[in-house]
Amino acid sequence: MVIAALARPSLVAQGLPASVDAQDGQRLYLGACTNCHGPDGASVPGVDLAHGQFRRATSDDEIAEIIRRGIPGTAMPPGNYSTTQAARIVAYLRFLAASGQTTTATGDPARGRAVFEGKGQCLSCHQVRGNGSQLGPDLSDVGRLRRAADLERAIVDPGKDVLPQNRMVNVVTRDGTTTKGRLLHHDTFTVLLLDAHEQLRAFAKSDLRDVAILKTSTKTSYRGKLTPQEIADVVGYLVSLKGAP
Amino acid sequence: MKIAAKRPDQSGVVHNSMMRRILWLTLLLMGTSLQAQVSFDRLLRADGEPQNWLMYSGTFKGHRYSDLRQITPDNVRNLEPKWVFQARSLEKFEATPLVVDGVLYTVQPPNDLVALDAQSGRIYWVYSHRPSQLARLCCGRVNRGLAILGDSLFMGTIDGHLVAVNARSGRLLWDVALARPEAGYSLTLAPLVVKDKVIVGPAGGEYGIRGFLAAYDAKTGKEVWRFNTVAGPGEAGRDTWGGDSWKTGGGSIWVTGSYDPESNLTYWGVGNAGPDRNGDSRPGDNLYTASVVALDADTGTLKWHYQFSPHDEFDQDATQIAVLADIRWEGRTRKALLWANRNGFFYVLDRTTGEFLSGKPFVRVTWAEGFDAKGRPNRVPGQEATPAGTLVYPGNQGATNWYNPSFSPRTGLLYVPAWVNYASLFIKRPQTYVEGQYFGGGEGRATDAQGLRTGTNNLRTEDEGYGAILAIDPLTGQRKWEYKMVDFTDAGILTTASDLLFSGGREGDFYALNARTGALLWRFAAGGQVQSGPMTYSIGGRQYVAVNAGNSLYAFALRQ
Repeated sequence: MVIAALARPSLVAQGLPASVDAQDGQRLYLGACTNCHGPDGASVPGVDLAHGQFRRATSDDEIAEIIRRGIPGTAMPPGNYSTTQAARIVAYLRFLAASGQTTTATGDPARGRAVFEGKGQCLSCHQVRGNGSQLGPDLSDVGRLRRAADLERAIVDPGKDVLPQNRMVNVVTRDGTTTKGRLLHHDTFTVLLLDAHEQLRAFAKSDLRDVAILKTSTKTSYRGKLTPQEIADVVGYLVSLKGAP
Repeated sequence: MKIAAKRPDQSGVVHNSMMRRILWLTLLLMGTSLQAQVSFDRLLRADGEPQNWLMYSGTFKGHRYSDLRQITPDNVRNLEPKWVFQARSLEKFEATPLVVDGVLYTVQPPNDLVALDAQSGRIYWVYSHRPSQLARLCCGRVNRGLAILGDSLFMGTIDGHLVAVNARSGRLLWDVALARPEAGYSLTLAPLVVKDKVIVGPAGGEYGIRGFLAAYDAKTGKEVWRFNTVAGPGEAGRDTWGGDSWKTGGGSIWVTGSYDPESNLTYWGVGNAGPDRNGDSRPGDNLYTASVVALDADTGTLKWHYQFSPHDEFDQDATQIAVLADIRWEGRTRKALLWANRNGFFYVLDRTTGEFLSGKPFVRVTWAEGFDAKGRPNRVPGQEATPAGTLVYPGNQGATNWYNPSFSPRTGLLYVPAWVNYASLFIKRPQTYVEGQYFGGGEGRATDAQGLRTGTNNLRTEDEGYGAILAIDPLTGQRKWEYKMVDFTDAGILTTASDLLFSGGREGDFYALNARTGALLWRFAAGGQVQSGPMTYSIGGRQYVAVNAGNSLYAFALRQ
C-alpha cells in the first residue's frame, strides 16, 4: 500500500520497528526486560539478546517459553505473559538483531557529562534530574529506554520527527508578539504551553493571529561540532542515566 | 421571537401564540394523563408536544429536532446552567433523558433508573438494577436511555435483561432475561416502543454473539417476535455465511431504531460481523451485519435490507440512527432514509422499498470507491486488514459512530458528528472462538504515537484527525458547512425550530451553533467530555436544554 508505506518512515526515524508485533514487543520489553537486560539487551553477562546470543535457547518457541516460565535457579523470573505476548517480545528481539546495528562505542560517562553540560550545551533544551531546560525531552532515564545506537544516531543524525509529547508551538498574538514553547494542550479555543522562561502560559485562540505546532525537530547534527571521542563519551553518559539515582 | 424573549411575564410564560397553544395542550394532556401516562397515540404525535421528550430521538423519525423556539440565535448567549445532576458513577454517561410532564427520567450508568424533577434536578426516586458480574462489555458499562408506554418505563441492562419499572413509584413491574451475559450479550440501547411492544436487541459483536432484534409485550415482557440479525439455517441470507460462522456472526444492536407509522416498518442499524477484523472464517457478505433492516413492527418480518459494508473487516457497525425524511428527489417527493454511516459514506435510500438512491463520501474514504447500480460499494484492491496492518480511512472508530445525528425539516440539512482525516492501521490476527472472550480478530490501531489519547491534553494537529459537525445537504451529499473542533467528538446533536444546533465533544465544551451557517453562538466549558445526545423540554413556559458531560447531567435555560 502506498499509504501504508508513507506511514513507515516516521517509525523508523524514532527507532521503532515497522512490524506491529515487534512494536507491541518493544513496549513489553521496555516495560520489564530492560531493567536487567538493558535497552541493548546486552547487560547480562553472556547474553546478548539483540544479537541472537542466548544461553539456553535458539528457536522462537524456546525463547518465548523462557520468557513465560523463567529459568529456575537463575535471576531470570517467570513473566506473566500470554503466549501471544511472549511471541511479540521475541519478534522485537529478532527486530533488534535484524536492524543491523552494531554496538556503539560508548565512552567515559564522567567526561561525557562534562561535554553534555559544557561544550554541547545540551542543558539549554534538555533536563537531567532537575538540571537544565524543560522545553525539550527530559533525559533523566533515557539510558533505560534507548539503545546506545539510537542515542548516537540522535546526536549525529537526528531525525526530523519528534514524539507528540515533545512538540513545540509558536503563537503570534494580534499585536505581533511571538511566544514559543513546549505545547501542553490545545483545543478549539485555547493553547497551553510552557514558554522559554519556563512559565505556564494560556492563550485564547481568538486573541492569536497564528498558531504553528512544530511536528519536526529543530535539532541539528553534532557531527563536526563534537569529536568522535566526545560523542562516544556523551553516549556513555546518556546510557548511564537510568532514572532516580 | 425577539419580542417573545424580551417579554416573559412573572410566571415565565412567554407571550407568544404558539407557546400559549403548547401550554394549553400541556394542561390538557396532564389532565388526561392520570389513567395512562403516555399512550401510544401520544408517542405517534410526540412532535406536537415539544415540552416533553418522549423517546430517545424525540420522535419516531429519528430527527432529534424540537419545535421549541424560546431559545434563539439572538438570545442563546444568555443560556446558563440551572441545575446539575452528578451521577454516582464513573462509567461513561451516555443516556438521553426522557421528560414526561415535568418529570425527567434518565439512567445513571450502568443501570440505575433515576426520576428527577425536571425543573430543580431533585431526585424523586432511583430504581437500581444490579447487573450480573458475568456481564461483558467491549466498550463501557453504559446505557443510552429509556422508553415509556403508559405508566411503564423500559430499560435494557448490561447483563442482557429488559426491565419494566412503574414511572410513578419506581417499582419493578417485570424483568426478563433475553440472553446470556457470560456469552457477551448486553443491552446498552434505549428501547423503542411501537404500539404495545418494546423492541430491543443485544450488543456483543466483539464476543461472538449471534445478534437479534426482538419485540416484547409491554405488559408482560413476553417475547412476541424475533428477527435474527445473523441469518442462520432456514433463513434468507444463510448462504452469505461460510460454514458455521453464523453461530458467532455478531450483528449487534447498539442504538434505537426508527418507525414509520404509514408503512408500519421499523428501521434498525445492525452492527459489524464477527470476528471484527478477520473475515477468513466467514466467507460471504455476512447478512445482515453492517446493514439497515426494515421490519414489519407487528411481526418482525423482514421487508427489505440494504448492506452498507458487505463482508466487513473494518468494524463498520451500522450503529447509527435511521433518519426518516421526505425529500424532493429528482422532481418528486421520496420517502427517504438518510444515513451517514460509520464507513464514511452518506446514503439516501427509499425507505419503502430499500432502493439505493445515492452514496457519497462525507470524509476521506479509501476502502471503497463508488457503487454499482444496485448500491454495492466498489472495494479498493489492497484495502483490507492484514497481519502487518493496512492504513484505511476512516479509522477504527469510524467517520461517525453511535452518537446521534440530527435532521432539521426547516433547513433540510442532516447534521453529523464526524471524525475527519482519521485513519487506523487495520491488523488482522488469527481468532478462535471461546465463549465470553474477546473475538476481535485483530485490532484497529491508531496511526500516530499519541494514539487516541485525547481530551485532557490534546497535542494533535488537523492533518492527524479532528472532530467536526458536518451539515450535509441530502440532495447533493455535499457539505453545506463544517464546524471544526481540535479534538474528536462522541457527542450527539440536537436542532430546534429556531435554527439552533446544540452539541459538544471531547474537549468538554457544550455549545450552540447557528444551524444555517455553523457559526458558534454560545458555549459552556462543562469540564467533562460530552458523550451523549442533547435534548430539550419545557416547563411552565421555560425551555431547557439538557446534556450529559463527564459524569453529570446539566440542564440549561435562559437567564431571567
